[in-house]
This record gives sequence, structure tokens and C-alpha cells, in this order.
Amino acid sequence: MIFARTDNSVLSRWWWTVDRWTLMAIGLIVAFGALLTMAATPAVAERLGLEPFYFVKRQLGLLPFALAMMLAVSMLSPREVRRLALVGFVISVVLLCLTFVIGAEIKGARRWINIAGFSLQPSEFVKPTFAVLAAWLFAQQRKQEGFPGDLIAIVLYLVVLGLLLRQPDVGMALVVSAVWFTQFFLAGLRLLWVVALGALGFASIVAAYFVFPHVASRINRFMDPNSGDTYQISTALEAFLNGGLFGRGPGEGTVKSVLPDAHADFVFAVAGEELGLIACLMIVGLFAFVVLRGFIRLLQEQNLFILLAVAGLLVQFGLQALVNMGSTLHLMPTKGMTLPFISYGGSSLLALSLGMGFMLALSRRRYGTGEVL
Amino acid sequence: MATRLSDLVRYLPARLRIEGTAKQTLETARHRLVITGILFALAFTIVALRLVDVTVLKDAGEPRLARAPKAELQMGRADIIDRNGVLLATSLATASLYANPKLVIDPADAAAKLARTLPGIDAKETAAKLASDRSFVWIKRNLTPRQQYEVNRLGIPGLFFQREEHRVYPHGVLTSHVVGFTNIDNRGLAGIEQYYDEWLLQSSEPLQLSIDIRVQHLLREELAASIDEFQAIGGAAMVLDLATGELLGMVSLPDFDANNPSQSPPENRFNRNTLGVYEPGSTFKIFNTAMALDYGVSTLATSYDATKPIHVSRFTISDYKGKNRWLSVAEIFMYSSNIGSVRMMLDVGRERQREFLDRFGFLKAPTIELPEVAAPLVPSPWRDVNAMTISFGHGISVTPLQLVVGTAAIVNGGILRPVTLIKRRGDEPIPGERVISARTSEQMRKLMRLVVEKGSGKSANVPGYLVGGKTGTAEKIVNGRYKKDSRISSFVGAFPMNAPRFLVYAMLDEPKGNKSTFGYATAGWVVAPMISRIVSRIAALYGIAPVDETEPAVRDQLLVNVAVR
Repeated sequence: MIFARTDNSVLSRWWWTVDRWTLMAIGLIVAFGALLTMAATPAVAERLGLEPFYFVKRQLGLLPFALAMMLAVSMLSPREVRRLALVGFVISVVLLCLTFVIGAEIKGARRWINIAGFSLQPSEFVKPTFAVLAAWLFAQQRKQEGFPGDLIAIVLYLVVLGLLLRQPDVGMALVVSAVWFTQFFLAGLRLLWVVALGALGFASIVAAYFVFPHVASRINRFMDPNSGDTYQISTALEAFLNGGLFGRGPGEGTVKSVLPDAHADFVFAVAGEELGLIACLMIVGLFAFVVLRGFIRLLQEQNLFILLAVAGLLVQFGLQALVNMGSTLHLMPTKGMTLPFISYGGSSLLALSLGMGFMLALSRRRYGTGEVL
Repeated sequence: MATRLSDLVRYLPARLRIEGTAKQTLETARHRLVITGILFALAFTIVALRLVDVTVLKDAGEPRLARAPKAELQMGRADIIDRNGVLLATSLATASLYANPKLVIDPADAAAKLARTLPGIDAKETAAKLASDRSFVWIKRNLTPRQQYEVNRLGIPGLFFQREEHRVYPHGVLTSHVVGFTNIDNRGLAGIEQYYDEWLLQSSEPLQLSIDIRVQHLLREELAASIDEFQAIGGAAMVLDLATGELLGMVSLPDFDANNPSQSPPENRFNRNTLGVYEPGSTFKIFNTAMALDYGVSTLATSYDATKPIHVSRFTISDYKGKNRWLSVAEIFMYSSNIGSVRMMLDVGRERQREFLDRFGFLKAPTIELPEVAAPLVPSPWRDVNAMTISFGHGISVTPLQLVVGTAAIVNGGILRPVTLIKRRGDEPIPGERVISARTSEQMRKLMRLVVEKGSGKSANVPGYLVGGKTGTAEKIVNGRYKKDSRISSFVGAFPMNAPRFLVYAMLDEPKGNKSTFGYATAGWVVAPMISRIVSRIAALYGIAPVDETEPAVRDQLLVNVAVR
């Protein structure tokens, strides 16, 4: 793509202001994701009695739309981003409420809703939209005297948290909480409150341990591998061992035919077995690059809303990657969380594209004093 | 400084004030962003390090791989070995062929190919199996590696192998009644295999029996020869180590191949030593005589009237080849006088007789590490007439094992030791309880030697090995009646009688006399010669030196100081 500096079209302006390094890193992650989808999902599909390329077709068919959406969103102005986020958030919350009425129950949780033949997971879309919205609320409180931004953010957070826990989707609640808390922290929350909220968060995890039996069993199994079935995690670890430095080659692995979630939560193990250590380190490096480069660029940022929103979106992105890889590597209890752009899942892919679109749009280079809204 | 700054702020115009705090807020946000970034960088580093750890450094990985086959081995059934470590039963890994008919393309063709490759496969039956709409059918269990290779070479889709274990008995028939066998799923169905089923499944150590495969072999050879010679329908033989109570050999014929037990008729699985109950006949006079001596009612020289038969209710008790005179206790034992035995028993009394036999374990099922154990047939109530016939071994039926255990206590100095098929460890004390005095035991040894030296057991003698024992011939009871010409002929003895080491028992079921025995099928003619051969072979096997029987010291040990005519 060659755009003259003098070209004043939307596309040209976008090209010269968007962070092309981040764009490239995301592109590479997507490429890894496509490769692993082709390698891992046929085995899973076969086990479920579907035709081998069922998941490949669905995921790769959706990919162009998702990427197009990300690029389109990244061309929006900060004001448009905020509006889209608000609309998206309202719709997501409404759909989230609807899951309790018309949602399909899968594996003991009501998370999915059927819309025109697609099953959609509204909670995925809550994450990026709420991050943008909360960022604006926190920023506005500090910009406009008398505006109760913090209070609204707290109320909205509690509503979202309540809905997520009712489903129940503890993993999602954890990510939303972490993002919200980080934003609040960045917005200058007094240290006493930081400590208090941190303690409260820890207490909530302890409470989840006692309230949700599946959370308790996962934590138990992590703490004491002998207490229960650790088949998944030990199989995953063996996959890394089998892979070695260079892997067995794409499609040559065996874990995908035994691990139930090889295409989603345990896709990193497939990567370890088939692509090897070096490729896995590259994947980790790409995620770290996107997050840390984003943070470093934010240090120049003059606008608090943009700083909070981008930081929130990056925290969400990075945290999901860390939790997914960490649980596959037995660094933490297994938590059903997708590896961004790599795990199979339509809702996750679309929501991440939306979120990264927001992030790219907000982090575009701007000129001026920081009055962007 | 802080107060001065806030004072200053208060006097600034509103717009500037907000800008000032906004700058401060941004500053705070940047500081905290750095902290958050550092945390993320740390977390990514940890993930990367862990990745390297589990992929290439993982030291826990290697034992995991190495442990897996070991765990599999431990699942196998433990071996059974003899007292010298010879393998009697072991488990081999084999492959069993099964099919997923849904994946078989041409069932008829596949079945035809399999029938040509594997023995015992019926093409029609297999084709029906392969055409069924199940997703799992066994084709053949336990293939040899060659068969597995050949099936693989057929290249039929839908056939699979299941790794299995196959129990193998290298000695086949030789230990079949002792070791027993397992079913196709490796569970014990008979013998030690059944008695120690759970233990064998859990243990990683082999189970060591007291059996000496060499003794087992010679016993079976001699017993089979005698059965053949006298056309018996079966027989049994045992050798017991008198010092420990361990069985060195236990053979029952006919027997079966433990590798393929269903090939033999079911009656071949009958262990005559532990499951057969027979009237012991004259061998039981060992206990009648020991009883009279031990209670002190008789001495070897005490004489009893054996001039005429005893009539009791409708029975007449007479002697086989009777002497028709008064006989001493020694003569009664040597000539096996029924009349004399009854008179000795009458001196002891019915109650004391019952108590004495109970002491030797004749009134309840014997205890041994086999599931195939029968209880004796004991009269109830124990009337006078029962007591009289029991004195010479009739009216009671016991297993050969009980006779062996009881006789061992008679000759070993008077200690009843539990019999076992499991090798005793050298360091553990051997349990036992005194049942008769050492003096009675010594007298019984002399009497048993006398039987072989001068009485009915002469053919059991082996020069230099001081064999002693007692013969017994009893007519078999069939449907509650004694059957003429179908006998149980047996001999129980020990050697060398001056310091007995081994107890030897042999029995023939329904032997027929032949020319060499002048038509006789009594124990002295058909079993005693077999005992002689067994003793000489065991003596050679264990390297026991013969003694000079004319040496005064030896003679004194076994001399019966009673005139025997």
C-alpha cells in the first residue's frame, strides 16, 4: 500500500496515523490462528461426528468479516468509537439479559443466544464496549466537575458483574473486573482504595471457590494434582514435551485427538506439539509486543479518556492471552478463556476484532492538545 | 510545599485549575501505566520461561515417560515359581484381534482371508460378525507375534489389536492341580491361582511355592507308570518335608494341561489329594496304635486275643490272612490285624478315640492354600460300632492330605505342623503343637519300620534308607455299598526312619492285579514298589547318603524289643 503523504483521503490518513507495527503483529497472530485452526479442529470435528472441515470453514469464513470490521472500526474517530461502544454496550447487555430467557444451556451455563442461525455469546461483546465506556466515565469525572462518572462506572460494573455471575461465567467476570479495576487504578484511585479493592477481589475469588463447585474443583486440582482428574493438563504438558524445539509439524500432533478443548482452551498445547517451542515463544512475543508497545505509546498520550480506554482494551487482550497460556502450562488453575485470535470461536473473534479496532482507532496518531471528543 | 501548591491552585481561574489537575491526573496515570506494563512484562516473561521449562528443560518429563511402561508391568499378574525359582506360571503380553465392523469394507472377503491366516476361525461365522452393525467384536484372543504380523499383512481395514495378557504354564500338566489355571480374563479359577487371585493381581513379587518341580516330576512319572501297570483309574502321591510341613510334591492323576484346561474332561480337574475322601483302611491303624500307646493303655508287648472274629450287631470283624492266635501290639500293627485293633480301641474307649482323632484334624476339613478342599465323612453320632470299625480305618472317610498331615505328626516326634504349599522363609519359626509324646512317636517309627522290614510293606524297602510306613487297602463304597474288586490301595511312610526327613504317600484308585502280583491288587503289591522307587529317586535327588543297617547304633535305634513271630 502506497499512499502519498499529501493524499488526504480517509484511507490515506488512516494509513499514516494508525500504528502499523501493532497492525502487523495482530496480522501475524491471526495467521498463527488460521494455521492452528486448520491443524487442530478437524480432529475435534471428527470426534464430534461432524465433517472434518466443519470448524475450519466456519472460522476461516468468518475471518475476513472480522478483519474487515476491525479495520473499519480502526478508521473511526474517538468520538465515533465512544458512540459505537455505548450502542454496542447497551445491545450486549440487553442480549445478555435475554440469554436467561431464550438462551441455550451448554455445559451447565446459559451464555449463548441464537440469532439468525448464529449462536452468539453476548458477554464477549460486553468486554470491549464496557472498557471504552468505563474509560470515558472515569475521564469525564476528572474533566468536568460535578459529573458522577466514577459512581456510574461502579453501578454499571456491578450490573455487568451480576449478569455474568448469574450465567455463570466466572472467567469473563474475572477479565471484566480486572480491566475495570486497572482503569480505575490508572484514573488515580487512591491507594487505600486500591488495596481495599484488591483485598475484595481476592475475597471474591475465595468466595467463588465456595459458591461455584466447578471453580472449587479446578482450584483443588491445581493445588493438589492427586485430588482429581488432571488428565487434560497432563496431556497438555506432554504435548509440549513431544513438540520439543521445532514441533512435529502442523497437523502431525496427537493431543488434538484426545483433548476435548483442543481447538479452544487448549489450542496452545496443539501449538506446542505441532509448531514447537520457537513458534510458541514467537506467539508469546507477539502478544507481549502488542500489549507493551501499546503501553509505551500511551506514555505520550495527552488525553485521559484515550489512555484509559486503550489501556483497558490492551489489558483485556493481554490478560486473556496470559490466562489461557498460563493454564495450559499449569501455571494457574484451568480457566475457560480463549487465546485471542487463535482459539476457535466466532463470538470471541468478532468481539476481539471490535476491541482491537477500538484500540487501533484510539491509538492513532493525532495532532493537537488532546481535545478529541 | 503541598499546602502552598493547593493555596496557589485556589486562586487560579476555574479553567486553568481543571487543566492543572488534569495534568496531574495524566501524570499519575502514566506512572501507574508503567507499573501495569512492568507487571505484564513480568507475566509474559514467566510464561515464556515456563514454556522453555516444560518443552526442553522439563526434568519431570523423563521419569513420566519412563514410568509408564513400569506401571503397565505392575498391572500384570505375578509369576508363580517353585521352591528353587523354576517358573510355574507367568504372564505374557499378547495381542488380541478385534474388529470394528462399521469400518470393514468387505466382510465376506475379510473373513475368508482371516480364516486362511488364523487357525480356528470359521469363515462363515466371522463374516456374520463382521457384517453386524456393532462397533466392537472379538475375532480371536491372544495371537502369537507371527499371527499378528500375518494379520497386519492382510491389510484389512477395521481390524485392531488389543494388548492383552496371556497366562502361560511352562510345565503344563506337571503342576496343574497345585497351580491351577486362570480364565481368559486372567482371573484364577482353580488351585493357587484362585486361592491367591487378589494377591497375584496386586503383587509385583513372584509367589514362591514349596513345591520342588523335580520331586513333582518324579512323583508323576512313577505314579503314571504304576497306574499304567495296574490299570488303575487314577492315583495320587505327595511328598512332605517333615521338618517344615512344606509339600515338596503333590500329584493327582489323571490331570490336565493348565494351558488349555477345557481340552481335558472335567473329571481330570479333580484333585484326589485334597478333594477325594476315601476310607483310609489299614493306614489308619497308625493312629489307633499310637492312641493306645500314648494313652498308656498298651505297650508294644501287650497282647490281645485275635483267635476269632468279633461279632457286633450284624457285622463280623475278621482278619485278612488271620493268625488266629493272641497277638502283641507290635504284631497287630505288623500283620494289620483288624480284630486286635478293635480290642486295643475298646481298651481306650469311644470318647477318647474321638478326641484323639480330632487332635490330628481328622474330623474337619484340612487347611491348605487351595480352594479345592473337601471335608471328611465322619459318623454322627459316634456309636460303639463306628468306633470299632474306625479303629481299622473303615466307617470314616478322609482326604489323603489329612492322612499325610496326621502321619507326619506321628513320625516327626509328635508335633502337628500345618501343611503348606508356600515356601517357608528360613527365618520364621515353624508353628506346631504337640499331639503325642516323643516316646510314642519313637515307638511308632519302630513299628512302621517293622512293617517294611518284615510285614506287608516289604516291597517299599530301599536298602540303606530305612523306609518305614503302613499299607492300606480299602474297598470303595459305591452307592453306600462296598464294591468288590474296586479298591483304594495306599501307602503312607517316611524315611530314613531313625531320623525321618521326608514323608511319602501314594495311592492307586481301583488298581487291578496282574501276573507279577499273582493277581493281588493290595497296597503291599501295587503301591509299595512305587514307594521304593520314589524313595530311591528322592534320596538321589537330595544326595542323602545310605546308612549301614547292620551297624549296632542304627539297629538299636529301630529295634522292636518284642518277640515277633
